[in-house]
Amino acid sequence: MIPNLQLTEDGRLRHLLTLEGLPARILTQILDTAESFISVAEREVKKVPLLRGKAIFNLFFESSTRTRTTFEIAAKRLSADVVNLNIATSAQSKGETLLDTVANLSAMQADMFVVRHASSGAPHLIARHVAPHIHVVNAGDGRCAHPTQGLLDMFTIRHFKGDFHNLRVTIVGDLLHSRVARSQIHALTTLGCPEVRVVAPRTLLPRDVSSLGVHVHHRMETGIRDADVIIMLRLQNERMQGALLPSAGEYYKHWGLTPDKLRWARPDAIVMHPGPMNRGVEIDSEVADGKQAVILPQVTFGIAVRMAVMSILAGN
Amino acid sequence: MNLPTPDELLDKLAAQMLPLMRSDCAFLGIHTGGVWVMDALAERLGADVPRGVLDIAFYRDDFSRIGLHPEVKPSRIPFEVENRHILLVDDVLYTGRTVRAALNLIFDYGRPAAVRLAVLADRGGRELPVCPDFVGAMLYMADDEHISLVREEDGRLHWVLKQRPVA
Repeated sequence: MIPNLQLTEDGRLRHLLTLEGLPARILTQILDTAESFISVAEREVKKVPLLRGKAIFNLFFESSTRTRTTFEIAAKRLSADVVNLNIATSAQSKGETLLDTVANLSAMQADMFVVRHASSGAPHLIARHVAPHIHVVNAGDGRCAHPTQGLLDMFTIRHFKGDFHNLRVTIVGDLLHSRVARSQIHALTTLGCPEVRVVAPRTLLPRDVSSLGVHVHHRMETGIRDADVIIMLRLQNERMQGALLPSAGEYYKHWGLTPDKLRWARPDAIVMHPGPMNRGVEIDSEVADGKQAVILPQVTFGIAVRMAVMSILAGN
Repeated sequence: MNLPTPDELLDKLAAQMLPLMRSDCAFLGIHTGGVWVMDALAERLGADVPRGVLDIAFYRDDFSRIGLHPEVKPSRIPFEVENRHILLVDDVLYTGRTVRAALNLIFDYGRPAAVRLAVLADRGGRELPVCPDFVGAMLYMADDEHISLVREEDGRLHWVLKQRPVA
C-alpha cells in the first residue's frame, strides 16, 4: 500500500483509498465537514450546489446495495451527476480490462470514480492511472479497506460518545475477511482511542492481528467487559462452508451479541453493525432493535460522511 | 483611516432598524462576523427575535478554484423560513458574493416574505448587484486594504486593518 498515492504534494486528500497512513487532521476534517452536511438533510431542499456540473461514476464490480445507494444519494445531494455502472454485467464480461474500462469512462469526462471491487488494491491501480483532475474513492476492495465505512463508524462514535480519548472499543466477529474492521482499527488508533479490542474465534483472526495494535480476546465475556462501543461484524454465510466455523448456531452461542452478553459492557455502551445484519447469527434481534443499537443512525451518517469525502476531494 | 468603533456603528444600525422590526421578523447572521453583529443587534433590538446562523461554504462561487473551506460550520435556522421577514446580517459588505451565496442558502430552507440586508460597514467594490438596506458606515478603502471584525474573549468587538496583495 502506498499511502502517499492518496495525498497531494502539499498534504491534501487527492484520493480516498485507505485510512491507513492518513493523518488525524484529515480524518478530523472529514468528520467536521460531515457535521455540516447533517443539517443539509434536515432542510426543505436537501441539496447544495457544490459539485454542480461534476460527473461521478459509481463503478461497482461487486454488488452492494447499501453502499452504492448512499454514495449515489450523497453525490446527488452535492448536485453532481451520478452514473451507476453495474460492471459485472457489462463490458468487463466481454473481456475489457479494468484500466480500459476506466480510460473509456474518463473519456466521457468523469470527475470522480467510486470503486467497489472484490480484489484488494483495484482502486489503487485505478488511482495510479487516472488523469490528475480525477479523484478515486474506495468503496471497499477485497479484504483490504472500506475507508468510508470506517469514517462513518468514527462519526457515529464521536456523535454518541463525544471523543475518542477515554473509550474502550470492541470489535467482534470475522476479522479475517473484514475490510471494515481494518479501516476501523486504523481510524480508531489514529484518532487516539486508547483501547481497541477484537473478539473472534481463532479461525477468523488474521495472523498479523496483534501488529495492528489491538488487544485480542477469544471469549465475549472478557472482550466486551466494560466496553463503551461494541462493533459487530457481519458473518458471511460462505464462511460456514469453508470449515472455519462449525455452524451458525454454534457461532451465535459463543460470539453472537445477546441481551445477556451485552450486560457485560457499560450500561451506556452503543452497539454498531456495518450491515447487512444476520439476525440470530452475529446479533440477536432484541439487541439489534434495542435502545443501545445505533445501526440505523450509522446509515444516515454514512450519507453525510460520503458527502464530506466527495466535496473535499473534488475541491483539492 | 479614522474608523468609528463597532459599538458606535451598532447603535446607528439598531436605530435604523428599530422602526422596521415586526413580529414575523428573524435574524440570520453570516458566520462568523455577521453572527457577532447579529447578537449585538439583538441585544439592542429585542432578544426575543429568533436568530439563525449561516455558513455559506457550500454555496461559494470559488469552490472550483480554492476547494472546500477547511472549517465549515453547520448552518442553523431554528425557525420556519417560509413567509418570514428575514434580516440578513454581515459585518463587512464588499463584492456582494457572500450575500449572493447566503440568499441561495436561505431559499433552500423555504421562501421568505422578504430579505433585508444589514451590514456594519460597506466598503464598496461591488461585483454583483447587491445593495444593503441598513448600513452602519460607508468606508472608502483601497483594494489592497483588508478590514475584518474581531471579537475579544470578553465579547468586545473591534476592527483590524491589514494591507494585503490584490488578488
